[in-house]
Amino acid sequence: MSGILGFADAEFRIALRNRWVAILTVTMALFALVLTLAGSGPTGTLGADQLSVTVASLTGLAVYLVPLIALLVSFDAVAGEVERGTLALTLAYPVTRWGVLMGKFLAHIAILAVALLVGYGVAAATAFGLDPDAARGLEALVRLYWSSLLLGASFIGIGYLASTVARRPATAAGLVIGVWLILIVLYDLGLLAGVVADDGGAFTTRVFPWMLIGNPADAFRLFNLAASDATAAAAGVDGAANSIMPLQALASIAIWPFAAFALAAWRFRRIVP
Amino acid sequence: MHNLTIDGVSKSFDGISALRDVSFSVDAGQKVALLGHNGAGKTTLMKAILGLQGADSGRIEVLGSAPGSARARASVAYLPENVAFHSALTGREQMRLYLRLRRQPARLADDLLDRVGLGPAAGRRIGTYSKGMRQKVGLAQALIGQPRLLILDEPTSGLDPVARRDFYAILDDLARGGASILLSSHALTEVEARTDRIVILSKGAVVADDTLIGLRAQAGLPTHIQVAARQGAADEVAQRLSAGRRNGVMVELTCTPEDKLARLGEITALGPLVRDLDVVPPSLDDIYEHFSRRAER
Ligand SMILES: Nc1ncnc2c1ncn2[C@@H]1O[C@H](COP(=O)(O)OP(=O)(O)OP(=O)(O)O)[C@@H](O)[C@H]1O
Ligand SMILES: [Mg+2]
Repeated sequence: MSGILGFADAEFRIALRNRWVAILTVTMALFALVLTLAGSGPTGTLGADQLSVTVASLTGLAVYLVPLIALLVSFDAVAGEVERGTLALTLAYPVTRWGVLMGKFLAHIAILAVALLVGYGVAAATAFGLDPDAARGLEALVRLYWSSLLLGASFIGIGYLASTVARRPATAAGLVIGVWLILIVLYDLGLLAGVVADDGGAFTTRVFPWMLIGNPADAFRLFNLAASDATAAAAGVDGAANSIMPLQALASIAIWPFAAFALAAWRFRRIVP
Repeated sequence: MHNLTIDGVSKSFDGISALRDVSFSVDAGQKVALLGHNGAGKTTLMKAILGLQGADSGRIEVLGSAPGSARARASVAYLPENVAFHSALTGREQMRLYLRLRRQPARLADDLLDRVGLGPAAGRRIGTYSKGMRQKVGLAQALIGQPRLLILDEPTSGLDPVARRDFYAILDDLARGGASILLSSHALTEVEARTDRIVILSKGAVVADDTLIGLRAQAGLPTHIQVAARQGAADEVAQRLSAGRRNGVMVELTCTPEDKLARLGEITALGPLVRDLDVVPPSLDDIYEHFSRRAER
């Protein structure tokens, strides 16, 4: 246990000094600010408070940025140690491989929690400044926060998996960028193309919803949009959102972190330092 | 009681044999140097001892346990070759991590860094350290706790002469406390003076395993004796010792280790003709070359 905490402490400091994390956190805070200010139109007509509207736009932002931050802090976890030669040293200590990875996992989730607190905090503070009714959207914001952490944890696990597969930091970095492009950008385009080509057939009604839920990023978006009162405010973002139970989407983003971590830990066992 | 026993260990990588039937042991309080050419298998053997990379055959016993077992890892310290720590951490933070992994209080970090002369740099990022300073971080972590076996892969590479001497002094302390030390090195002169036994690997096989004195005797290499004669007496001295004259005053002769005392007797018998003498035993360089050459044949 003291070993796991030791790793968590050291990795947290490393991530805190990671320039990418700082840049992305600031980016997120700026975007959140802009989205809040831009969305501060006549919200009254839609019946939604300012914060709920902000949360809806933040959800769209988080789908891109949270996985990116998660992958950028995690890709070096194993490959970096292999390259520096510290993995042999680490594994000569009385620690388990599982403990090594778990310590890093805790640290990386913690750094993500801090980054999101800053980003979402800026948005929330602005929303409260603009709309005294913003407290009505607090529940949605809290939901967005913890589901973002689950989404991030999934991608941290995926980052570790890439790190163990690639074994070299440069390769791992390329791999996670590819993973991000595929899971976040291309996956949806592919599904969309499938739906269009299928024209309301079996794919659209049976396969498509499950493929959507199977991807943690899509499940995250569905869950937040379906569960939020602001669904109406953001109507049209995901037509399928209404047809899928938020519970299944929640199950998906809750299972992903464990599955991804377990897979990475299993791959890690096979690495010879 | 052996702290480390290696018995008939072999290992090959895709058909290339890295270790061939290696056997030797290290006792408590012993400092053993592992020598050998690049690619001789030193690092491979060390990784097998640590259980990081299993051997194909043979038996290794570390402090009575299997290599890499929890019990072995609890009392074995390791310094890998060319280790580079994360550049974003300070020396102190890095040591705190390793202390925690050994369940030691993290506040000992500064003491350990002081011990290897890194005290003033403890709060600086490792990325700003020089090569030798980074190596010292590696040494400091190997001293954590009371390791009973230290496996050090080229520990003095990059260290300045003073740091080397300090490092060997620390090893002497540890050995006096009963720790066993196995270290690899390419710096033969320092190993010669600072270790109890020398194991030479060549192409994965042990070609020599003895104390320096034992290796000298086995190699049977000649000892050089340099005699400084009184002014103008060099020719007479050379003639009476039936040796070669090097210049106006120096006479040089070589002899086998067994003849050495007899020859010294002859020289002292010359009395006032001789002003001074130096006995130059074969250096470890010579001995090393002898055993590696013999292995090649
Ligand atoms: N992971 C590996 N895969 C393939 N071959 C390897 C591997 N590790 C070591 N070898 C081979 O095993 C042999 C011994 O290598 P080793 O690293 O043990 O040498 P060494 O004695 O430590 O050399 P040096 O003094 O250069 O550090 C070499 O021929 C090397 O190419
Ligand atoms: Mg080596």
